[in-house]
Amino acid sequence: MTFELPDFSLAAAELWLLTLGCALLMLAVFVSAQRHTLLYGLSQFTLAGALGWVWWSAPESRSLTFNHHYVADDLATLLKSAVLLLTAVSLIYTRSYLERRPHLPRAEFYVLILFAVLGMFIMISAHSLLTLYLGLELLALCLYALVALNREHPPALEAAMKFFVLGALASGLLLYGMSIVYGLTGTLELHTLAAHLSDPASLPDPGSLTHLAWGFALTFLLVGLAFKLGAVPFHAWVPDVYEGAMTPVTLFIGSVSKLAALALVLRLLIEGLGALAVDWQGMLMILAVLSLTLGNLAAIAQHNLKRMLAYSTIAHIGFVTLALFAATPAGYHAALFYILVYALTAAGAFGVLLALSGEHEAQTLDDLQGLNHHHPWLAFLMLVLMASMAGLPPLLGFYAKLIVLQALLDQGHLALALYAVIFSVIGAFYYLRVIKRMYFDTPTHAATPRPARDLTLALSLNGLLLIALGLLPGLLLALTHAVF
Amino acid sequence: MSEAVVLNLVLWLPVVGALLIPLLPRERDAPVYTLAFAVMLVQLLLVIWLFVRFESGVSGLQFATQIPWIAAWGVAYHIGLDGLNLLLVLLTALLGPLVVAGAVRTITHSVKLFYAMLLVLQFAMLGTFLAQNLFLFYLFWEAMLIPMFLIIGIWGGERRIYATVKFVLYTAFGSIFMLVAVIYLGLAAHAAQGAPSFAFSDLYALELALPVQTLLLLAFTLAFLIKIPSIPLHTWLPDAHVEAPSPGSVMLAGVLLKMGAYGFLKLGLPMLPEAAKLFTPVLMSLAVASIIYGALLAWVQDDIKKIVAYSSISHMGYVMLGLLSYELLGIQGAIMQMVSHGLISAGLFFMVGMLYERTHHRELAVFGGLAKWMPVYALFFMLLALASVGLPTTSGFTGEFLVLLGAFYGAWPAFVQGESHYALILASLAVLGVILGALYMLRLVRRLLFGPAQAPGGQPADLSRRERMILATLVLAIFTLGIYPKPFLHKTEQAALDYQRLLLEPTPAQEGL
Repeated sequence: MTFELPDFSLAAAELWLLTLGCALLMLAVFVSAQRHTLLYGLSQFTLAGALGWVWWSAPESRSLTFNHHYVADDLATLLKSAVLLLTAVSLIYTRSYLERRPHLPRAEFYVLILFAVLGMFIMISAHSLLTLYLGLELLALCLYALVALNREHPPALEAAMKFFVLGALASGLLLYGMSIVYGLTGTLELHTLAAHLSDPASLPDPGSLTHLAWGFALTFLLVGLAFKLGAVPFHAWVPDVYEGAMTPVTLFIGSVSKLAALALVLRLLIEGLGALAVDWQGMLMILAVLSLTLGNLAAIAQHNLKRMLAYSTIAHIGFVTLALFAATPAGYHAALFYILVYALTAAGAFGVLLALSGEHEAQTLDDLQGLNHHHPWLAFLMLVLMASMAGLPPLLGFYAKLIVLQALLDQGHLALALYAVIFSVIGAFYYLRVIKRMYFDTPTHAATPRPARDLTLALSLNGLLLIALGLLPGLLLALTHAVF
Repeated sequence: MSEAVVLNLVLWLPVVGALLIPLLPRERDAPVYTLAFAVMLVQLLLVIWLFVRFESGVSGLQFATQIPWIAAWGVAYHIGLDGLNLLLVLLTALLGPLVVAGAVRTITHSVKLFYAMLLVLQFAMLGTFLAQNLFLFYLFWEAMLIPMFLIIGIWGGERRIYATVKFVLYTAFGSIFMLVAVIYLGLAAHAAQGAPSFAFSDLYALELALPVQTLLLLAFTLAFLIKIPSIPLHTWLPDAHVEAPSPGSVMLAGVLLKMGAYGFLKLGLPMLPEAAKLFTPVLMSLAVASIIYGALLAWVQDDIKKIVAYSSISHMGYVMLGLLSYELLGIQGAIMQMVSHGLISAGLFFMVGMLYERTHHRELAVFGGLAKWMPVYALFFMLLALASVGLPTTSGFTGEFLVLLGAFYGAWPAFVQGESHYALILASLAVLGVILGALYMLRLVRRLLFGPAQAPGGQPADLSRRERMILATLVLAIFTLGIYPKPFLHKTEQAALDYQRLLLEPTPAQEGL
């Protein structure tokens, strides 16, 4: 075996994040936590720099390095850029929230966020089972800690504990599935795995013992993935974590981390195990149907907006799974498009909650009551966000649903498409209820202070982007289309 | 300036208006409705100019604009006028300034939001009529939902939230199936032509198998029957109308209800001809049932607004009947009836709203003899009621008469040849609707305007000059269409002829039978 020096330049962004993350950690030891602006500015600088590195290091064509454990391709560039932009926006939304709450450990918040981003980067660029798992664990550990960050708040601790125990279990299952795959193929690299499976001779005969082993492997892998995505019936942690964690963390989990979860699925199932699509399709369908049903129905019963958005996430994940179920390039493209749109919309929705959080943390429907009287512009933005989530044209969320339906109908899955649309009408009900509370009801409490200017600006851009891209969906479509 | 540019201007002016509204000063309301009125008025003048320039006797689209939009899916921004949408666009543009003028006293809070929503609604409605691309049509169709949701929900009556949620869920439920059908048609066009396309002209050329057509027709029919509304999917309408503020009711009855029928006209029948023919008896029966059932319900209501709402169900039944006759007269009659009903019901809803503003009551029982106290009001009410009944020289007569004539023409050959009596029986039953219409309208007029004078809170003031202007405009339009419909029928004739040919042309699928 020869030793070759890896091409570090392809992973420049990861190295940058690691270096600056460690630097921030050291700095936090010496600098008072009161110097919030410094920490905030440095984090934003790190993210901006990483974006520069991502674009600078983007290769012309798909390149592998680190002994084929790491891949740099268009998908990675796109998802990494989206992760960085959304994280930067999340930090803008969060700044004034943290300033109002001096008891929260700020430096740790920023360091954990940066390391979580690093974990996502590794997942996105993973090209072997090992790197996938490494990235996943780095992300997951950061998230557990972030949820527990507000340690004087008992629900946060409970949520963190639940998240940690279930997350560890899911990681264990995923790892077990990976070990069976390794046992069957003797490789960790995704492309060797795919090459192994693309050889018809090596495909397991139905009924054979090998086929059974593959069945076990796929089941364990899918359970692990479903947990990370938050698909029913592995969703139990989602509502509690969303509600228990402080809103900035919920924003991060609910929006940015879903991009990495999709990357995990795309790398593992499609790139690695694409040849076994027939075997995992059925499982995905069950996950999708259950997620659509439970997510949409349970969301109706929620009074807490963070919980409602948690169930709505589950429903959206149902749509994404449905797109993956189609198991065609059009379907993968639809899943990618959907998750990008979803992450953008969810970031905005939690951003509105953060904008309304003064001393008191806005999180129930009551906090939105009569919003139109106090903050008409915020109410309008929330209207756009909710309507986009409900899939009303001409907003971006509509195209996301449309492209998924197109992929399904193209494969002749009429019944599933109908099922999905019926449940999206049911889903429209709870989004409309938010609009109703903001516009039709009179406010019961005093106006919250005006949100910070940078927050309003970012939120406006976020909302208007949904309209603008809704009018010109070709732009985003071209971007995601280039990947597949 | 070329006509195509003007047509785009007509469509986008309301959006410009809606974007300007937030920039106006916060304290005063007057600039807001002045702006909205100015936008609507300019729009109306431009539409009238286009109407005059519109050449009759020419097939196809006029003043069309086509710009590729989402190239990957074959979606183009394609709008244009033809004989089928010309009168509906004119109707929409005419109601615009009147609604703004009528809303001045009715809407007293969140004024900016109201006019912004009204303008957005106007944009979406015009877009639906003008769109020549199925995808674009669907976008505009759905875009009507949110403004109407807010208009009923914010400025409506006591049970406004129930009514508006019901309205939105009904409509959304219908249109989501339409969405699946739209995607399917797009995929079918892609498969047939090798390039993605949603253009109406391409979709008309598709030859789909009958089972597929039937499923698609069911999806479209659900969406359209809800919008028309036809029984048994009409139950959202009375709630929405009763709770909506009167400008909202006017928009709803005047234009929104036409969308369903226009959908059948533009999509359902020409795109899925065989399935449509197969289901014609069912749809016709629903139309006639709506005519009679709506009229009977209107007869027993005590709430004046409900009477007008149920009469809408009845009158929209004629539109469907005319379309399904496949006769030139019937198709032209259906378009005429849509416009006529738009004018008459708008007028009646305005009048109910005016009465409600003065007395805060709508129950028929508490009123009587208003002719003594409000002679001008009574005069306009009488004229509108008579037009609604279908008195000759009013537009109501032109519409209903043409529809019934078309229905009998269509039914006659089958009857003479002894093939089927069904269509003739339905057409005869539809005539019954005219009589029932007279019954409930005259009951309303008698109890409201005549007898001993009474009204809650004493004598209400007669109509103001603003209100007279609104009603006079509508009545003038109604009589113009009633006395001299020729220029209007003339402009639509060629389109109706082409359309009839499109429907009756034997398709390869039929020739093979």
